[in-house]
Parts: sequence; C-alpha cells; structure tokens
Amino acid sequence: MDPIIPILILAIPLCMFLVLGLFGNKMSHPIAGILGTAGMGVTMVLAYITAFTYFFSGAPQFIDGDVHLQNIVFNQDWLQFTDSLVIRLGFLLDPISALMLVVITTISFMVHLYSNGYMRDHHGVWETGFQRFYAFLSLFSFSMLGLVVATNIFQMYIFWELVGASSYLLIGFYYTKPSAVSASKKAFIVTRFADLGFLIGILILSFYTGTFNFTDLTSAPVAGMDGVYQVSGETAAGIRNIFQTSAAPIFMGGSVMTWALVLIFMGGMGKSAMLPLHIWLPDAMEGPTPVSALIHAATMVVAGVYLVARLFPLYLMEVTSLDIIVVVGALTALYAAIVACTQVDIKRVLAFSTISQIAFMMVSLGVARPEFHHGIGYMAGMFHLFTHAMFKALLFLCAGALIHAIGSNDYTDMHGLRKYMPVTHITFLIGCLAIAGIIPFAGFFSKDEILTACFGNSMVWYIWMSFVAGLTAFYMFRLYYLIFWWKEHKIHEGHHAPHDQPWTMTLPLVVLAAISCVAGFVPFGNLVTWNGHNMFDHVSFLTNLENLDWSVAVISLLVAVAAIALATVMYKKENPMPERMRRLMPNLWRWSRNRFYWDELYMFITHKIIFNLICRPIAWFDRHIIDGSMDGMAYLAQRASYAIRGLQSGNIQMYVWVYLIGALLLGAVTVICLI
Amino acid sequence: MESVGSIIMYFIIAVAIIVFSVLTVTTRKILRSATYLLFTLFATAAVYFMMDYEFLGAVQIAVYAGGIVVLFVFSILLTSRPGDNTEKLASRRRVLGLTAAVAMLLVAGYSLVSRCSMFVSRPEMGEIDMQQVGTALMGTGYGQYLLPFEAISVLLLACIIGGIVVARKR
Amino acid sequence: MEITLLYYLIPSLIMFCCGVYGFLTRKNMIAILISLELMLNAVDINFVVFNRFLFPGQMEGMFFTLFAIAIAAAETALAIAIIINVFRAVKGIDVRDLTKMKF
Repeated sequence: MDPIIPILILAIPLCMFLVLGLFGNKMSHPIAGILGTAGMGVTMVLAYITAFTYFFSGAPQFIDGDVHLQNIVFNQDWLQFTDSLVIRLGFLLDPISALMLVVITTISFMVHLYSNGYMRDHHGVWETGFQRFYAFLSLFSFSMLGLVVATNIFQMYIFWELVGASSYLLIGFYYTKPSAVSASKKAFIVTRFADLGFLIGILILSFYTGTFNFTDLTSAPVAGMDGVYQVSGETAAGIRNIFQTSAAPIFMGGSVMTWALVLIFMGGMGKSAMLPLHIWLPDAMEGPTPVSALIHAATMVVAGVYLVARLFPLYLMEVTSLDIIVVVGALTALYAAIVACTQVDIKRVLAFSTISQIAFMMVSLGVARPEFHHGIGYMAGMFHLFTHAMFKALLFLCAGALIHAIGSNDYTDMHGLRKYMPVTHITFLIGCLAIAGIIPFAGFFSKDEILTACFGNSMVWYIWMSFVAGLTAFYMFRLYYLIFWWKEHKIHEGHHAPHDQPWTMTLPLVVLAAISCVAGFVPFGNLVTWNGHNMFDHVSFLTNLENLDWSVAVISLLVAVAAIALATVMYKKENPMPERMRRLMPNLWRWSRNRFYWDELYMFITHKIIFNLICRPIAWFDRHIIDGSMDGMAYLAQRASYAIRGLQSGNIQMYVWVYLIGALLLGAVTVICLI
Repeated sequence: MESVGSIIMYFIIAVAIIVFSVLTVTTRKILRSATYLLFTLFATAAVYFMMDYEFLGAVQIAVYAGGIVVLFVFSILLTSRPGDNTEKLASRRRVLGLTAAVAMLLVAGYSLVSRCSMFVSRPEMGEIDMQQVGTALMGTGYGQYLLPFEAISVLLLACIIGGIVVARKR
Repeated sequence: MEITLLYYLIPSLIMFCCGVYGFLTRKNMIAILISLELMLNAVDINFVVFNRFLFPGQMEGMFFTLFAIAIAAAETALAIAIIINVFRAVKGIDVRDLTKMKF
C-alpha cells in the first residue's frame, strides 16, 4: 500500500491543529468551523479507503487465505539512543487498527459537523474560543489516530499522553468555570497516575523482551514478506521462553510478566475509567457535550480496551492477568450500572453508562479463550467497541441537543419533550434500544456475543453480566422516559418552546442512528479476530443472525425486555412508584446517588492521609529546615554587612588615608628588613 | 664644588618650596592657598632652571603658573561666597592627616637618606637647545615622542569638549 | 659644599607630604585639587632631578615632566568643570555635602 494515504491520515489533523491553533483568531468563525470539518471529512474518506483496502482488496500483504495479516506500512526511526534501543514512529495496519481508524474518523467527523451548530447560542452568537475548540478537536483526532496505528508500545505511549493532554484541554475548555478547571485537572492527574503504572509496565516488558515492537511481541513474521506478520501462538510461546530464560523472577507472588501486564493494564484502567480509577470520567462531563461524545464516550476511553486487545496474545500467556481484567471489568460494570440508575444529570447517566459499557468490553476480552468459539470474546469486545462508539456518540449528541435546547443538564428541567423535538426523540430512542440490546439494533449483536463469551468462560460471569445488561436497559429507558415522557413539558414564561436544532446538529444524529440500526449486521467474525483467522466460511448480510447462540440471545432479549417493561411502568407517566422504590431501599439509593462515596474516599485519602501525614511534614521540613538554613545564611550575611558597612563610607579621603597607612607600613617593613 | 652663588640660590629655592608648600595646605583662606601654590610652582620652575632645563622651566611658568593657577583663582571666585572661605579643621581630621604625612616623611626620608648618599656629584651637561627638544617631540625613533605628543593633543581636545559639556548650563 | 641629589629630593618630599596632608584634611574641593597639584609637582621635580643627576645626556625625565604638566592642565580643567557643575547642583563644594549617591 502506498504510504501516502496513511501519512495523510495523520498529517491532515495535525496540520488542521497547527493552522487553526496558530491562525484561528485571524479567521472568521464559520471559516474555522468549515475548515476543521472539511479536514476531518477528508481524513475520514482516506481512513475508509485504507480500511476498505485492508479488509477487502485481497492484496497478499493484507490477507493470506482466510487470515488477516499485520502489515507495517511505514516505520521511521525517530530517536536512536543506541543500536538496539531505537524508538520508531510508524503505521501498523491490522484488523483492530483499521477498525479504529473507521470508528475514530467517523465519530470525529460527526462531532466536527455537530459542533458547528452546538458551539453557538440560539441567536447564532459563536462561543468564545470557537477556533481554539476546533484546533483542540483536531489535535485530539491526530493523537488518537497516532495511538491506534502505533507500531510499537512506545509510540503508543507518546500518543497515549497526547490524547490525555488534549482531553485535559477540552475538558477545561470553559476555563473560566472553576468546576471545569478542577475537572480537567482531576482527569489529568488520575490518568497520569495510571500512566505511571503503564510506563513501568512498558519498561519491565521491554527490559525482558528487548523490544518495543508490537509485531515482535505478539506475532510471527510471514516468510518472504517484509513488514507482514501473523499472530500465532508460537510467538507467544517464544516470548514466554525469553521470560523463563531470563530467570523470570517471582515478585510478590506473580511472575514478572504478570506484573508487567497488570501494570500496563493499569494504564488502560486509568484511560478507560475502570474501578477504582473511574472518578475522573463523570467530572469530565464539564467539557462541551460534543467533546464528551468524541473523547469520553467513543474513542479515548476505549484506548484501554484497545491496549489490552493490542497485547492480547501476551495476556493470553498469563491467564492470571486476564482473570484480573475480568474481575475489575465485572465490578466496574455493575457499579457503574447501579450508579447510573439514580443520577439526575443526563450527561452523568451517560458517563456512567459509558463506564459500564467499557467494562463490558474489558470483561469480554478477559473471558476470551482461544479454545472457545475461536476466542469469540476478543471479537465480541472489538465488535462492542465499534457499535458502542456509534450509539453512545449518538446518545451524547442527542443529550447535547437537549442541553442546547433546554439550557440545563438535569432531566428535571426536561420531561415530556417528545412533541417538541421529534428528531432528537426518535434518534435517542434508537440509541436506547441499541444499548439495551433489542434486536435488530447494533447493541444486541455485540452484547449477545459478549454474553456468549462469558457463558463459555464461567456461569458466574454470564449471570453477572446478564444482570448488568438488564440494568443497562432499565437505566437507559428510565432516562428516556424521564426526558421525553413523565409529564407535560413546562415552558417557562418568556421562553420559546424547545425545538429541534439546526441541520448541522440533527444530521449527525440521523447518520449515527442509521449506523446504530445496521451496524449489528457487519460480519465481524470475518474481520476482527484475535489471531486474524476468519470465523465463518461464508458471509452474507445475515451471517451474524445465523450464527447466534439462540439460547443466550433469547435470555438476554427477555432480560432486556423485562427491564424496559419495568422502566416503562415506573417512569412513563408521573407516578409515586419511583419514590416508593426509593423508600424500599433507602441505603442503596443513597449510596448509588452519591456514587458509592468514591470521591469522598479519594478526598479522605488525599487530604486526610497523604496531605496531612506526608505532605505537611515534608512542607514543614522544606519551609523550616531547607528554607530556614537559606534564610539563616542570608540573615548572617545581612548582619555581617551591616556591621562592616561603615568601612564603605564613600569618603575618599578616608580611603586614601587607609591606603596610605597600609602602603607606608609595607614600605617601612621593606626598608627596615632590606637595609 | 659649587659656586657660593648657586649654593645660596639653592637654599633660597629649597626654603621657598618648603615654606610655601606648608603654607598652601595650612592657610585657611582658599584664595591665599592658591597664591602660595603659585609661589611653590615658581620655586619649582627655579629648580628646573637650576637643572639647566630652561624649556621645562618656561613651560612650568607658562602652563602651571600662568594657566592652571589662573583657572584655580577663577573657579574659587566663582564657587565661593564672601565670608565662607574660611574653614575650621576638626582636630581629629588634622591629626589623621598629620599622622599620614609625618609617617610618609619618616619612611621615605629614612630610605632616601640611607640610600641616596652615593649620588654625590652633578655631572656636566651641555645646553639643551630648542632644536633638540623639537626633534625629540616630532620624531618616531628611539627617544622621540611623536605618539605621546599626539595622544596628549587628543586628550586636551577631549578635555576641552568634556569641560564644555560638563560645565555648560542645562 | 657639594649639593647632591638628596638636597633636591628632600624639599620635593616635604612638598609631597604637604600635598598628602592637604588632601586628607581639606574639605573644600578646590583645596583638595590644589593639594593634588602639589603632589604632582613634587613628582615632577623628582623626575627632572633624577634625569639630570643620573642620565645627563638624555631627556626622558624632562619629557615625562612635560607630558605630566600637560595632563595636569587637562585634569585641572576637567576637575574644575565638574566642581562648578557640582556647585550648581548642591550650592556648595564641601565634600561632606556630596552624599547624594551614598547608600
């Protein structure tokens, strides 16, 4: 493949960032918006071409029989520290990176388009910093694309930090608002803390394996073809040998490899908001809603999932680490789903829903084993990543449209909007159906396959995740009914009736809704699998339907329908049932409403323990011992100079006298001694 | 062996130098101080004449006595108001100055007396005529001083300009 | 009686010491300048006398004195310009009054 297209995919967003960032203030608002959107549109087309070429061209460097190969389009030496320690920047094309290219560019383009309408008020007045907003969006798109096409773990780390930085910039976009500033700081610090683990994991891993490259770590070269690799169990065994021959030390009960993988997963936990590092994501909703849709629902937060998927053959060698991932993911999924049931802020509900759904993907990767259905969990996780990106971006953009129309984040200010905003209503409903897992919407297929994978691994996880899936359906429809039904919308005096937003905002909704309807039929089993082998012999539009495990599917459908029915009964019309439910479980409700007091726990740990017990003494030492010694020296010098400053009187006659007496004494000594 | 006349001449000059020097720095009136300085300079010029450097003596009288002292007198008249040209010396100040001067006199005098007694005679020297002086000033060879001469002329020019700039009314 | 080198150096030394005394004790700037001229003159005498007694055929000492006189003239002119300027600024030429640039 000609490297010009991959290079352009990375270069166009970067150039847009530079142009909009440096010259944005010189442009008028619509030009900046059109420029950013057009740049992203071109990138999207190029990414589609790349992905299409990779999956369907049948070129020998991309596909070998029924196996998708890894292909390094280009790999440029960037920093050469020593002969063996070289950091490269490149473009790796394999099923998951091609998939991510499509996801990122699609969502990003939709968000760019949507922001043209969102980032101005009802009178068409543009938000301050509109150009800056587009510059940051482009920076984010560039960083995220660089992350997914990384050829080595170090490049991934670099772009990993870049997406973190652009996320920080965008959360803090309204930097005059104190809550936005603290939310951006929180997101940055929490993910940085997680990235510390990631970095240590990278260092351990590369120390023992001697390489950064994904292709060396996870796959074997295909004979006779440069830059083409095939994932296989044998390479994994080879790396295990490296670990064993280097006398892989056991550290605190785990092998070094397990530790490295768990530490790398910790980086993923930070970015993907897994328990207990999830606290930043709900607060990140302080950013503009399109940003939440792009970064905190569809792309950046799944970077952790992508990381695990990228290193999946390594994780497969240490099943312990996969088990840890399952436990973390399952706990997070349940926790976030419970919390989402009681939140008032619609973006918070969606944020916790995102956490829960990402946890689904993590669980799916964690339960994946090659023995069961060709490692269906891996495929299901990636599938869910794809479909979730589409319908969750849709839901967030709908929420943005609602917030834009109402001017508030709380559903208590909404209620009964279905007549006023029909397009938003229908698209939001499609999003809810998709996330709830109702056939034939996208979420049904991916979630069903995740549940199948859980079923193949352990009954416990299957029941657990089915329950969480039911909760998902419940809280999403609770949100849907509370926004669009419940009671008649009350229009405040002096306000216009809420209405659908301009076409720049509704078009992305319609497009994403359409994708959410049909994405489930994409035969993912033949596109993205853990080792590149096709799962099905032949594909058609109905492949996914034909290959369903109907026992699992029917049960999950029943659960979802039951949950939706419950939500309908409770929230369609205004009634006292929610209040009664709340009385029934007051403690659970309170804990859920307060997000199980995680933030308070962190506050306690940081303020009471770390600040008081560690930082205070250090600060005292710094202020009194270190500063004190410096001040003491300064004080001594000052006193000494006060004592002798009389000598520097400025009286030249005195100077001359002193000089003369000294010279004469010397002269007298000389004369007396020499003569 | 010198002639009696020159010995008498020498003593007159030496006494004049000593007396007028002391008077220059001890008198209270600044204008008198300038006048005694003038006499000291004349005595110095006399020393130069005795040393057979007539040109130097003439320069001494013309530049020092004729130029500098006149400058002093003018500046004294410009800067002092009538009545305040007397100044009382603080005794501590006088003691300090006296200490330094006497110490200087003792140390330098002792070393002079103990070392210089060997140079007893004054060698004969031919008349230095103006031609010699002019050649030495205008040449660039050994023992000739064109470069310092030019440097001095530039210095004087700078002084003229500097004096005007500094003293001019703003 | 032989008038030796020492006979000329002693008056010049006394003149120099008078200069030192004046320089250290006087408070009028012009008086200080006069004392300076005394010291300079004493040094000039030494140059000439050493030249005459030790190197009679040469003229280095004489020329040195010549240039010293020229420089003294320049220096005096400039110093008096400064003194007049100072007098304008502080209405006096007492060195004790010139404390504006002290700490």
